[in-house]
Amino acid sequence: MLDLIAPFFERLYETTGLNFSPFYDSYDWGRLLEGMWVSVKLISAIIALSLVIGVLGAAAQTSKLRPLRWIVAAYIEIFRNTPPIVQLLFFYFGLGAITPQVDMGGWYEPMIGSFGWAVIAIGIFGGSYNVEIFRSGVEAVPHTTVEAAESLGFSNLKIFIYVTLPLAFRVCLPALTNNIISLAKTSSLAYVIAVPEITYSLSGIWSDNVNVPEMMVLLFVYYILLVAVIARAMTLLERKLALPGYGR
Amino acid sequence: MTPSEGWTPDQPIVAIRDLHKSFGHVEVLKGIDIEVMKGEVICIIGPSGSGKSTLIRTINGLTPATTGSVTVEGQEVHDDNLDKLALRRKVGIVFQQYNLFPHRTVLQNVMMAPLLVLKENKREVEERARSLLAKVQLHDKEDAYPAELSGGQQQRVAIARSLCMRPDVMLFDEVTAALDPETVKEVLVTIKQLAADGMTCVLVTHEMGFAREVSDRVYFTDAGRIVESGPPAQLFEQPQDPRTREFLSKVL
Ligand SMILES: Nc1ncnc2c1ncn2[C@@H]1O[C@H](COP(=O)(O)OP(=O)(O)OP(=O)(O)O)[C@@H](O)[C@H]1O
Ligand SMILES: [Mg+2]
Repeated sequence: MLDLIAPFFERLYETTGLNFSPFYDSYDWGRLLEGMWVSVKLISAIIALSLVIGVLGAAAQTSKLRPLRWIVAAYIEIFRNTPPIVQLLFFYFGLGAITPQVDMGGWYEPMIGSFGWAVIAIGIFGGSYNVEIFRSGVEAVPHTTVEAAESLGFSNLKIFIYVTLPLAFRVCLPALTNNIISLAKTSSLAYVIAVPEITYSLSGIWSDNVNVPEMMVLLFVYYILLVAVIARAMTLLERKLALPGYGR
Repeated sequence: MTPSEGWTPDQPIVAIRDLHKSFGHVEVLKGIDIEVMKGEVICIIGPSGSGKSTLIRTINGLTPATTGSVTVEGQEVHDDNLDKLALRRKVGIVFQQYNLFPHRTVLQNVMMAPLLVLKENKREVEERARSLLAKVQLHDKEDAYPAELSGGQQQRVAIARSLCMRPDVMLFDEVTAALDPETVKEVLVTIKQLAADGMTCVLVTHEMGFAREVSDRVYFTDAGRIVESGPPAQLFEQPQDPRTREFLSKVL
């Protein structure tokens, strides 16, 4: 792959001074690939965690236990009304400092590394939006449909899993897509706690090569493509889940 | 299905005694007494807001009673220790608005509860579901989604869905009220067949002709009370109470 494009980018650098070093230098190429791979892993983990929190939070909000609903409401208020970067720093430096160290055979490492804290912090941030999104979906499910399931002997848990959730999910898919895309972009904040995702690896490249504008272009292109892929995937999902004749 | 201890089929399968129901300060049911024997078909008629839906919903525990007693096969429904699942497999209910699961096909709608709730064998359930759909004349719609069906077809799926749980009693709450006049008949035919097969049915209905034809006994309710009850011929032809007469003169 690199062999194919390297001559072109080398000539580009020589003739114009535009230095896309990852496209001809195998060390920088490695850094770029590693950065993209970590970024994709990070984003996937963040989205997965935020979805789990969203579903559990929305379920908790339908609970009869009032304290549980209060806890969820407080969580939403806190994480929606503070900047995600402050949350990230709080988790990493605040909670990171008090989590135990693990013996790695001679040296010690924090139990949760910077990648872990980025997933936790941004996942919890995104989850606070997802709870609200899922809740609006749950509220859109007709009470009478739930009642029909109840009459057929479904337990509350089975109603939630087999009736409420699948219907709510379809309703809130557009809002969910927006939040997932926003989370993918927010993942670049992990840069500030040195998670080796793409923004971080490219910053390593540009400080070695002094090619900031070129690497910035690369970063833009990466995120534009990534968001396009996510948006496309969500559209396909929406189409797959669309119900014949429903919603006319 | 194990009926509660001490209950025998010669006792009422559904017995409602001095049932009261209030929503906040408003008393909607003011002392209802009804007994239904196995295999009987009873109809509840009455003006809008008289508490018919509330009454029928107390029988499967969807609406809790305030005071009084409702028993199904001798089992008290409004008991905190009631096994809700046991009650709901005995009592099926069909609503005015069908309430099918829109994200499942017709066949899946019918199979869902026996599979998920009763954890029955899939092949047996599927066989039973297919034969029930054939019985309600919908064997060619198995793979359709509810939104692709007419109201009457959806309502017949809802009936099949309830029947697939093999209930002992079926409740119908104005199941034809949302339908076009042409499709009302196909649903009534289905219920009539069910009644002829010996299913115990409690129906709330505005279809007086149907009530008269199908029921063993008719109850006329007004303002939370049963004003009058009797065999259809008597209630429709020689109503005793002036309120019954007035109601019938409006709807017949
Ligand atoms: N969940 C509820 N909370 C408060 N009031 C209710 C509730 N359900 C019913 N009611 C009231 O109880 C009364 C009886 O209602 P119900 O639905 O049982 O009447 P109905 O005879 O079925 O009427 P219709 O023929 O219009 O269906 C009405 O005044 C209604 O407003
Ligand atoms: Mg009603």
